[in-house]
Amino acid sequence: MSDDSLIDLAEYISEKLEKYVSSCEFINGELVINAKPDDICKVLQFLRDDRECAFTTLIDLCGVDFPDRSSRFEVVYCLLSIRQNNRARVRIAVDDGQIIPSVTELFKSAGWYEREVWDMYGILFSGNNDLRRILTDYGFDGHPQRKDFPLTGYVELRYDNEQKRVVYEPVKLAQDFRNFDYLSPWEGMTDMQRQGDDKSFVPEHGCRDKQSNVKANIKEGDTKDASNG
Amino acid sequence: MPLTDEIDTPDVVVAQETHIKPFTMNFGPQHPAAHGVLRLVLEMEGEIIERADPHIGLLHRGTEKLIEYKTYNQALPYFDRLDYVCPMNQEHAFVLAIEKLLGVSVPRRAQYIRVLFSELGRVLNHILNITTFALDVGAITPALWGFEEREKAMEFYERVCGARIHANYFRAGGVAKDMPDGLAEDMLEWCDTFPKFLNDIESLLNENRIFKQRTVDIGIVSAEDAQNLGFTGAMLRGSGIAWDLRKSQPYEVYDELEFDIPIGKTGDCYARYLVRMEEMKQSIHLMKQCLAKMPSGDVRSNDYKISPPPKSEIKNSMEALINHFKHYTEGFHVPAGETYTAIEAPKGEFGVYLISDGTNKPYRCRIRAPGFPHLQALDFMSKGHQLADTVAIIGSLDIVFGEIDR
Repeated sequence: MSDDSLIDLAEYISEKLEKYVSSCEFINGELVINAKPDDICKVLQFLRDDRECAFTTLIDLCGVDFPDRSSRFEVVYCLLSIRQNNRARVRIAVDDGQIIPSVTELFKSAGWYEREVWDMYGILFSGNNDLRRILTDYGFDGHPQRKDFPLTGYVELRYDNEQKRVVYEPVKLAQDFRNFDYLSPWEGMTDMQRQGDDKSFVPEHGCRDKQSNVKANIKEGDTKDASNG
Repeated sequence: MPLTDEIDTPDVVVAQETHIKPFTMNFGPQHPAAHGVLRLVLEMEGEIIERADPHIGLLHRGTEKLIEYKTYNQALPYFDRLDYVCPMNQEHAFVLAIEKLLGVSVPRRAQYIRVLFSELGRVLNHILNITTFALDVGAITPALWGFEEREKAMEFYERVCGARIHANYFRAGGVAKDMPDGLAEDMLEWCDTFPKFLNDIESLLNENRIFKQRTVDIGIVSAEDAQNLGFTGAMLRGSGIAWDLRKSQPYEVYDELEFDIPIGKTGDCYARYLVRMEEMKQSIHLMKQCLAKMPSGDVRSNDYKISPPPKSEIKNSMEALINHFKHYTEGFHVPAGETYTAIEAPKGEFGVYLISDGTNKPYRCRIRAPGFPHLQALDFMSKGHQLADTVAIIGSLDIVFGEIDR
């Protein structure tokens, strides 16, 4: 899988699917196609049937939750072309409550994946005629992979010896879930400065350890280049 | 009850067909042939299956959710608990994804060790699959013999990482520690004796009349259907497509090693069995090459931002002590970005779609388990077959619920 052929493919796709694809980008050398939810069937059908693309296998379909974005969810279709030995990802941004078209007509493997996205994120797929929950319990309430769903959940179950059946109860933890915030103010948050923390800011001039400063700049530039493909 | 009124000649007796009501049968979740906690609801017309509806999720532990709350190092052991038959292969996908985002290089020796243990994992997986598959269709001996070999292989796991199953051995930037003295020699010795076991199994099963009657022409999947159903790994190769990520999109040192990809012709359960048998032989061949070619040197990246400093340094250097402390509390920060990284796990393509927001915890870690689409295709594959054939099909799917339910 050479990079040049993938760049050519990206150009080809954005040309052919000009109406439907908003952008093609490379993230860590992987082809990512951004599309609108309503056009997903057309995009995937083209990618599957076109001889240059031949993405005949839907490897994965998953949701991602971004509560801060205007369109809360992202649904990602990972495609694989066995003939061309290429991979591509198609991403669509989905609002909370928005119903998106199912791709089960195109890929038989999409059925369970869509069920899982519905189960975990509450995104509905129109045209999937078997949109039951898949991984959670029978009669489960809520969508656990959403970022606002607590890790501990809301209910726990146990066998009740008197009623002779399994009963659900509100979750009671002997100890709270310990979620330590290890984020250090010195590292990993390079673009932010805390009040009174002058040392985290490295000035352009008069820097005591100029060598390491230069190095850090180069490193930053490198990663930026890499992310641009 | 009289047969029919129209029968005039007493020598012609027309037997009335007994009408069988279509009925629904529940299979599992506690059934020895269900390979774990599979609940199957079968809609049957007599002995013929009209629709198979697998109910999964009985082993769902919310791994993807849990990983979002753990640092990268803490998230690693969850991968052992997905497909607990070949733990290190899954760790491999996760560390490769982290390394891709971090942009670190892995020492050569560590790459060889990883490939060595990934191939050992493939052998472990295929032994379990083939022997239990044979058990499902009526042969007990392969299971008795196979588990003995499996135990020997798991001892190698134990010697290298301290645990028989839940290894937690691979790390971003290498492996946790070097192989102990003498392990390479013992593994090489085992590689020499193992093919005899394979020959024994082949002599038991390959031309076995019962085994062939139960598997040949059962659950046929064409090459086109296999792609559309999302098949990967031995399931895809059994249908005649020469596709293996180790060859087509090589990672680690696979492009320097010599091996062949077996493919099946018929796409039935028997073809998938044959493919797996041959894959084990290729894995042994790969392991021998790894042991022969393995260079000496580091097994972990020297970058103390992502791997802890050696103990000897901690005793003498303040900075090393700080690095060590930060590594085990805060963990390391992964630059913001996303990647889908896949490896050829024994069951098929195991992929990790990792989204990082630049902190020490993954923002989202999607696990693409090969068994998930394979089990989904059970309905397609078992339609029109008899109930007993479903058992053979499940056996040939090679499913483990740890990875399907996640």
